[in-house]
Amino acid sequence: MIEVTGLTKDYGPRRAIDRLNFNAHKGEILGFLGPNGAGKTTTMRILAGYMPPTSGTAQIGGFDLIKNSIDIRRMTGYLPETVPLYNDMTVFDYLKYMADLRHMKNGDDQVEEAILKVDMKDRAHGYIGNLSKGMRQRVGLAQAILHNPEVLILDEPTIGLDPGQIIEVRKLIRDIGKTKTILLSTHILSEAQQICNRVLIINKGRIVVEDEPEKLQMRISGSHNILLRVSGSVDALIPFINKLKGITEINKHGDNTLEIKVSPSVDARPEIARAAIKNGFDLLELRASNISLEEIFLQLTHDDSMLASADRVNNAVEEE
Amino acid sequence: MKNTWTIAKREFNLFIISPIAYVVAFMLMLILGIIFFANMLIAFVNTYDPTVQFIIAPLVTLFLFSTPALTMRTIAEEHRSGTLETLLTAPVRDWELITGKWLGSFMFYLVVIALTWVFPIILNFFVDPGIDQGLLVSGYLGVTLLVGVFVAIGVMTSSIFNNQIAAFFATLGILLVFWMIAYPTQIAASGGGRSILSYLDLSQHFYNSFLIGIVAVKDIVYYLSVTVLALFLGTATIEARRWR
Ligand SMILES: Nc1ncnc2c1ncn2[C@@H]1O[C@H](COP(=O)(O)OP(=O)(O)OP(=O)(O)O)[C@@H](O)[C@H]1O
Ligand SMILES: [Mg+2]
Repeated sequence: MIEVTGLTKDYGPRRAIDRLNFNAHKGEILGFLGPNGAGKTTTMRILAGYMPPTSGTAQIGGFDLIKNSIDIRRMTGYLPETVPLYNDMTVFDYLKYMADLRHMKNGDDQVEEAILKVDMKDRAHGYIGNLSKGMRQRVGLAQAILHNPEVLILDEPTIGLDPGQIIEVRKLIRDIGKTKTILLSTHILSEAQQICNRVLIINKGRIVVEDEPEKLQMRISGSHNILLRVSGSVDALIPFINKLKGITEINKHGDNTLEIKVSPSVDARPEIARAAIKNGFDLLELRASNISLEEIFLQLTHDDSMLASADRVNNAVEEE
Repeated sequence: MKNTWTIAKREFNLFIISPIAYVVAFMLMLILGIIFFANMLIAFVNTYDPTVQFIIAPLVTLFLFSTPALTMRTIAEEHRSGTLETLLTAPVRDWELITGKWLGSFMFYLVVIALTWVFPIILNFFVDPGIDQGLLVSGYLGVTLLVGVFVAIGVMTSSIFNNQIAAFFATLGILLVFWMIAYPTQIAASGGGRSILSYLDLSQHFYNSFLIGIVAVKDIVYYLSVTVLALFLGTATIEARRWR
C-alpha cells in the first residue's frame, strides 16, 4: 500500500530524513519510533502530501506522491502533530467543512459517525476553542477518519488523552488497522508494542531497525532474561544454577536477586525453581524479564555525546 | 471548483462573525457619510447640483485603505495557526484555496458596497430631475472591479506572510504604489515610459473612465487581468512554500 524509496528531505542545509526505504501493507499498523527531531513528522508530512521530498519517491495505493498528489490526499487521512483546528467553529461544523472539501455525499451522517467514534457526541455543537487538549486531539482524529480512508497517517495520536481515552483510541486504531493501512508515530513504546504489527525505529533521519516488536526484543537481547528472587543471600545458589543447561550469564542484583540470561531455545524456569528449593531457599519471585522496548530504543538511538554528558552529570553528582 | 465555493462560504461566514469586519464596515460608512453630507452642503451653498461622484470617489479611497485590514488575515492566519496543514493535505488544489479565499472576501465587500447605495438613494431625493443613472452604474461597476483587484492583491500578499500585520503593511504598500505609479510622470516626463506607467496605474483606469461615466472594455480587461494575475501569484506562493 505504501512504498517508500530513498525518501530524503533537506531543510536548507539540514537533512531531516536521509534516504528512507520502507513499505506498509494493507491490514498493517506500522509504528514510527525515534527520539525528538528524528524525522518522524517530516516523513509523515511528506506522505500526507503537505510538502514534496527533496529527493526520492513514494507510492501510495499505486499513486505517485508528486504526480498524483490529489488522488493520494483523497484516499489518505492525516492527523498532524499540532492538531490544528478552527477555534471559531463548532466540532460539527468543522467536520462538515472538511467533509465538504472531500465532496462526501452523505457528509452529515459520516460526520455524526466520526463524532461517535471519538466519543465527542456531547460536545458536537460546542465551539472547538472551548475544548480541552485531549478533546481537541479527538476532534483531530475524527477529521482524519472522517472519510473512512484507505491510508491513515497519525502523528502521535494518543498524546494528551486520559487513560480511558487512550484505551478507546488504541482500540479504534487497531480496528481500523485490520482492513486499512496505518502509519503512526509515538513516544510511548508500550503503545507501539501493543498496537503495531511492525515498528520502525529512526534516528537522525535514518532507519535504524525495522521489525515486529517481539522479534526485535529477541534479536537485540539474543536471549531470555529470567529474574529470580529468593530469601537470604543468593551467593550460595549461584554455583547450582550455573550447572543448569542453557545458562549463559548470571548477574547479581542486590543481596537476594539474580538476573539469569538463558539461551532462547530452552525454558529454564522449572529447573531454576527446583534448584532453588532443593538447596533450601524460599522462592519469592521468578519471572521472565525481557529487555524492554525502552532499552532497545535507548541502545539503538543513543548518542555518544549525550551519554558522555550524562556521565559527566553523574560524576559531578557523585563528587558532591 | 466546488472546493472554491466551500472555502468561500466559510470565509464569508468568518467575516460575518468577526468584529473587525463590522468595525471596518462601520467606520467606512461613517466616514463616507460625513464626506457625503459635507459635499452636499458645499454644493447647496454654492448652488450647484451634487453628483454621485461625490460618493464614489471617496468610496474608492476608503476601500483602498480598508481592504488590507480585512484581507491580511485570510492565508497568513491559516499559516500561523497551522490549519493550512489540514487544508493542504485535504484534496484541495492550491488555486482552489486562493480563489476560495478571494471569493469569500469579495462577497463580503459586495455586501458593504450594497450598503453604500443608501447614499445615492438619499442624493436622488435632493437633486432634480434625479441623479445621473449612467454615472451611478459605471461608477459602481468600476468600484466593484477595483475591489476585486484590491482583495486579490490582499490575498496574494497574505499568502506570503505568517504574520497578519506584515501582510497588512505589505498589501497597503503594494496597493499605494500601483495606485500612484503614474503620478510622477504626470508632472514631468513624456513619451513611452509615461504611457506604460499610466497603463499600469490602477487609479488611471478608474478616474479617467468609470468615474466619468465611460465603460471601456480595455479597463474592464485590465482590472480582471490584474485580479487573475494576483490570484495566480498567490497560488504560486503557496506552491513555492511547500517546497521550502
Ligand atoms: N519547517 C522546518 N524548517 C526547518 N527545519 C525543520 C522544519 N521542520 C522540522 N525541521 C527539522 O527537521 C528535523 C526532523 O524534525 P521532525 O519534526 O520530523 O522530528 P520528529 O521525529 O517528528 O520529532 P518529535 O519527536 O519531536 O516530534 C529536526 O532537526 C527539525 O529541527
Ligand atoms: Mg514529530
